Amino acid sequence: MSQRPGALAGSDGAAVAPPTRRGVRTRGFRLALVAPAIFVLLLVGVFPLVYLIVVSFQNITMTDVDTGFQGLLNYRLLATDGRLWEALLHTLIFIAIALPVELIFGLAMAQLFIERIPGRAVFVALLVLPVLVSPIVAGANWSLMFDNRFGPINQIIGWLAGQETALLWTIRPTLVYPAILVAEIWQWTPFMFLLLLAALSGVDRSQLEAAAIDGASWWRTFRKIVLPAIWPVIAVAVLIRGLDLFRLFDIVWALTRGGPGTMTETISIFTYVKGFQQFETSYTAAVALLIIVLLSAAVFWALKRVELAR
Amino acid sequence: MKIRARRRLALVLRTGAAVALTLAFLFPIYWLFMISFKTPDEIFAYPPKWWPGQINFANYAVLFKDGDATTVWNSLVIAGVSTLVSMFLGSLAAYSLARFRTGGEHLANWIISQRMVPPIAIVFPIFLLYVWLGWVDTYVGLILLYSAFNLPYVIWMMRGFILDIPPALEEAALVDGYTRWQVLWKVVFPMCRAGLFATAIFTFVFAWNEFLFALVLTRTEVATYTVQVTHYFGGQSNFWAKISAMSVLGTLPVFVVVAFMQRYLVRGISLGAVKG
Repeated sequence: MSQRPGALAGSDGAAVAPPTRRGVRTRGFRLALVAPAIFVLLLVGVFPLVYLIVVSFQNITMTDVDTGFQGLLNYRLLATDGRLWEALLHTLIFIAIALPVELIFGLAMAQLFIERIPGRAVFVALLVLPVLVSPIVAGANWSLMFDNRFGPINQIIGWLAGQETALLWTIRPTLVYPAILVAEIWQWTPFMFLLLLAALSGVDRSQLEAAAIDGASWWRTFRKIVLPAIWPVIAVAVLIRGLDLFRLFDIVWALTRGGPGTMTETISIFTYVKGFQQFETSYTAAVALLIIVLLSAAVFWALKRVELAR
Repeated sequence: MKIRARRRLALVLRTGAAVALTLAFLFPIYWLFMISFKTPDEIFAYPPKWWPGQINFANYAVLFKDGDATTVWNSLVIAGVSTLVSMFLGSLAAYSLARFRTGGEHLANWIISQRMVPPIAIVFPIFLLYVWLGWVDTYVGLILLYSAFNLPYVIWMMRGFILDIPPALEEAALVDGYTRWQVLWKVVFPMCRAGLFATAIFTFVFAWNEFLFALVLTRTEVATYTVQVTHYFGGQSNFWAKISAMSVLGTLPVFVVVAFMQRYLVRGISLGAVKG
């Protein structure tokens, strides 16, 4: 930025005013403003990273007395830890299913609500409520809903099927994934919906009308006009939700605690169990570092993809 | 005539779909609230009862009598104070980033990237540090962590809000002899009051609803309501009444507060990326 010190920048990035007599002193001022925030971020952002690296080369567990440095031991263990890679796989399964479903369902809902509907604002305000519920509370609530005997889900299915139903949603291996995904999708589809509704209402109406007059099909209009217009918002929404899903913990914790066995263990739950229940301190540090590296690589790749697609 | 009839039909269909969708999404929340008003007999009735026989506050009374409700107070203290801290530090930094382009794009990008680190990777080393400092299960520990965790969000949001206001007024105030600090407090922050308020609300809600940090860093003294809810889980004997009543105590305030913030909802939950 070739900007004169002391000048204020507007939203267009251009300097809008000449430097004042105090211009000389603004350097100290503007650094003083950011310094405390940067200090706190370094404290909680960078310190842990450094500390993780140090601990990961040691050998701290609950039982071992010798906590000396062990070189790459913990990193070698990572490669052969089947449970770790399964946890990663479970996480990716959740992302691979929940993310597209939330996106498509949210987009469909946004398409519905972009049209004229009486009392639309009220509907939208109500539909957003799931996003505001704490995920752990949402998970707890769904575990009550999925209860085999006293929950409403089995009763509704019973009505539809015409016979008494007592499915063990949070215990049967074939049902745990659907149960968790239902809770997850229930909570976060409204997030997608809200963002995409905002994006859709920003689409140029005159272009849509022109397309209608030209006799363009709905699908063609959607693909050629609507989708390019809302693409940036889709990218942001997918990125935010993708990151959230990668750290998925609360809903699974409330519904299954990673069970049955380790069937629904996500990477966050695995790390929690290793670090805070089995106290394999050094190994957990190595796992945490692995997560950070993998996620950084994924985000970097995603950002590149988005840039290319633009 | 035919087109009109078709349009009417479309409107009716749309409205019907909207009603059905809204009911489907609200049903779990209805169920949660409804259980909290049931008696134990009604909760464990088969087939399940879809509405309570009468509104009954006994489940809430138990929480207050046993002192479990103080966890809501803990949530309030931790979320409240950490919001104030991160708003104060974040708004100052945001002003510097927005108006002086301090650190350029790199600093701004680094700050937002701090938000992307998975909480489990942060909380583990923080826990080890807090054990050493004796900060586990203290207000200070959680407040510091939440303040830091929310800081990137505050900076990012407030940077956007500050860029939205024209800098001309600040220049005028400087010419009038205001100091930089006075400009900040008497011109800039008052002008983005609504943005400050909206950012603070969402910062508060993030901290209020957070579970993992609180699970790891609290024991009994400063447990938050989200941790308390999970204390009622266990084997076959889930304390359903307590789970639901505790959840409602924690959820209702958020609903009420955000109802006044509808205008900023989209911008708030999209990390400022969508203006809404």
